[in-house]
Amino acid sequence: MEFDQALQTFIMESRELLEAMEESLLGLESSPDDPDSPDNRDAIGAIFRSAHTIKGSGGLFGLDGIVAFTHVVENVLDRVRGGEVPVDGDLVALLLSCRDHIGMLVEQIAVDAAAQPDKETEATGIMLLNQLKAYQAGAKGTAPAVTGARVQSQAPVITTLPSGGTVESDNWHISLRFSHDVLRNGMDPLAFIRYLDNMGKIVHVVTLPDAMPLVPDMDPESCYLGFEIDFHGDNVGKATIEGVFEFVRDDCTLRILPPHSRIEEYIQLINELSEDKIRLGDLLVNSGSLTRKELDEALCLQALSAESCREKSPTQDICQLGEILVKQGMVQPELVDAALGKQKVAKENKVQESKLIRIQADKLDQLINLVGEMVIAGAATSLLAQRTRDPALHEATSTLSRLVEEIRDSALQLRMVQIGETFSRFNRVVRDVSKEIGKEIGLSIGGAETELDKSVVEKIGDPLMHLVRNSMDHGIEKAEIRRQRGKPAKGTVHLNAYHESGSIVVEVGDDGGGLNRDRILAKALEKGLVTANQTLSDQDVYGLIFEAGFSTAEAVTNLSGRGVGMDVVRRNIEALRGTVEIDSREGAGATVRIRLPLTLAIIDGFLLGVGSASYVVPLDMVMECIELDDAERQETRESNYINLRGTVLPFIRLRDQFRELGKAGRRENIVVVQYAGQKAGLVVDELMGEFQTVIKPLGKLFGNLKGVSGSTILGSGEVALILDVPALIQRAVSKEAQLLAYGL
Amino acid sequence: MTISIEASNGVCHARVAGEMTIYHAAEMKGELLPCIDCGAEVEIDLSEVSEMDTAGFQLLLLAKREAAKAGKSLRLVAHSPATLEVLDLFNMASYFGDPVMMPRAVH
Repeated sequence: MEFDQALQTFIMESRELLEAMEESLLGLESSPDDPDSPDNRDAIGAIFRSAHTIKGSGGLFGLDGIVAFTHVVENVLDRVRGGEVPVDGDLVALLLSCRDHIGMLVEQIAVDAAAQPDKETEATGIMLLNQLKAYQAGAKGTAPAVTGARVQSQAPVITTLPSGGTVESDNWHISLRFSHDVLRNGMDPLAFIRYLDNMGKIVHVVTLPDAMPLVPDMDPESCYLGFEIDFHGDNVGKATIEGVFEFVRDDCTLRILPPHSRIEEYIQLINELSEDKIRLGDLLVNSGSLTRKELDEALCLQALSAESCREKSPTQDICQLGEILVKQGMVQPELVDAALGKQKVAKENKVQESKLIRIQADKLDQLINLVGEMVIAGAATSLLAQRTRDPALHEATSTLSRLVEEIRDSALQLRMVQIGETFSRFNRVVRDVSKEIGKEIGLSIGGAETELDKSVVEKIGDPLMHLVRNSMDHGIEKAEIRRQRGKPAKGTVHLNAYHESGSIVVEVGDDGGGLNRDRILAKALEKGLVTANQTLSDQDVYGLIFEAGFSTAEAVTNLSGRGVGMDVVRRNIEALRGTVEIDSREGAGATVRIRLPLTLAIIDGFLLGVGSASYVVPLDMVMECIELDDAERQETRESNYINLRGTVLPFIRLRDQFRELGKAGRRENIVVVQYAGQKAGLVVDELMGEFQTVIKPLGKLFGNLKGVSGSTILGSGEVALILDVPALIQRAVSKEAQLLAYGL
Repeated sequence: MTISIEASNGVCHARVAGEMTIYHAAEMKGELLPCIDCGAEVEIDLSEVSEMDTAGFQLLLLAKREAAKAGKSLRLVAHSPATLEVLDLFNMASYFGDPVMMPRAVH
């Protein structure tokens, strides 16, 4: 159980690290000219650390495949960092492939922790390792001069150690310090060591009584002992060993070094322990954890890094800071090699970690569900309060509903994430695809800080991927054509996001050739999607490419052009209650605009009454409400539009739309709603005001129902339908257009 | 737990019987440590120790350390099986440096 959880964390962290690695690599690729610029140095450092951390954590879980591969990558990166290997496009490309390979290995572990890589992956691994050899070759034998002046120079020293900087012993090293209270709490260290002995073989134990105070201060009921244990166990993992000490977790400090740990980790261990350092070193040698040679290397390394540390800053404080951080477990020891440059990073990491908490998504969903229920219950309460006409009660419930509203907003806010992260993933896609199809294309990103619901972000990735590939493949022309048209040879794909009246708009644009209206129309006629005498607006024509099986690409590439895809894009977007539209200018480019609701859970709604039924429209879409007086009612009886301050406003009578039979109300109102730049009116009997709406999906049975997007429960317990405003507007507008077309 | 102490020829013989556990730790500390002062050598007979835990073991460590500080020798003799197991698990037999006798027949 615990092991699994830890493994999940490892996988998640690895994914993040790999993403960071990719970003840095791409940054490096875009400006490889000056390898010594501070930005590039930072990038190389970050890439190295990502690889190093993945390797280190992978080792803890005994993921040998990942460790072995990453180790080689890390060595090469180390040489890059030390300035021994120049950064060029080929190396970055190779490292990107390596990153992908590590990603692949991690994903396979994610599926099945015990999985062995399949043949294909294995072959890729071997191929990459061969390619990496070219950058590794010089590493053997030529120990770089150790000047101590540069912090980075310490790492190559390690790589020249026998067995690649790891110790030879294949035993686990367990370092135990019990708290004083452990005996009083009814635990006996003896029992744990005995138990450990049952699980495998205790190769060596050293009992450290150093912490025992003078006689008068020595409390015979306190425990002052520490242990350094070398343990050999077949098929024993870190989690199993930790499991042994589960019961005394709060009463002891436990440090576990897996077999063949890096020497630095031992240094770290020695540094962390309070006992005399030389003595501890000897102790580790005696117990067989370290060989004498390894210890000497380690101590020399330690002295070296301390020296370089002093050189950089005369005070020792900064060196100590690293140690303190490690002691407190704030950062992983790997991140704090006693060097100054790295400590800065560690500090940043610490700040970041304390700012973020990981929460399981389903816990958050549950919270939002509960908030939804609370909103409904709150509405019922205020309704009752209103009926009693007790002003004090009324006031109390209105305070309560304000608070509920705030809780709702904060809860929903928790699920909001910036879209930038999704966008920046496309850097890699654009890079790879442009290489593949031989066009020079860059990506520009706008509105990265726009926030939207996490569940939406997750689902929007695939459609975006499709659209971006489509833009690159069909949209952007070949370089020579671009030059003829007087455009820069390098094409641009643009991703943008912004908020607009209760929706979020995500745009995928390109500066390519745009859509060819005539060709689409011809193709549509051929496929029988439209008839020759239909009048279609540009929007309608462009919309045709979202029909199933529609492709006008002359050449079918393996990227796109087979006509599968755009319809899937539209289906995916519609499943999120969103819409897609295309803007295109011949020769200047096309922009696909996806509109999505901000959230899928709870919205501010506007409650309308028609006959005996209630309907809700999202408040953000409501522009204004107009009362129709008797004269106007007469006037509008026969038509489907009114003159609103000089513009034509088409409208729909909800009474007709939903076949409401009850007697018409005394008054009628028009609610003007807006979506995607289009306006329409909804004629209703009664305006019932704002209403916090918890969206309940409709059953599958109603999947094809037009004009209704969901339902909600009112305070009275009645059900109200949530109107699908985009669909209704579409209907009003197209009806109007048809009437005009027939000259009625 | 009982500790009987006899001094003869400058050697202090302490004989511990019963459980050397946390339940008697305070009591034991009070009785064992004065032994160090009562002779030039201290010999602790562990043959009657039926059970030992970390607290009991710690007291032996303390006694050994204090004796060494005072320039006296402290020997553990006639280890019972219970004490041997603890010394063995903690790998501390060599710290005390006493010849470990074969355990006497278990009662």
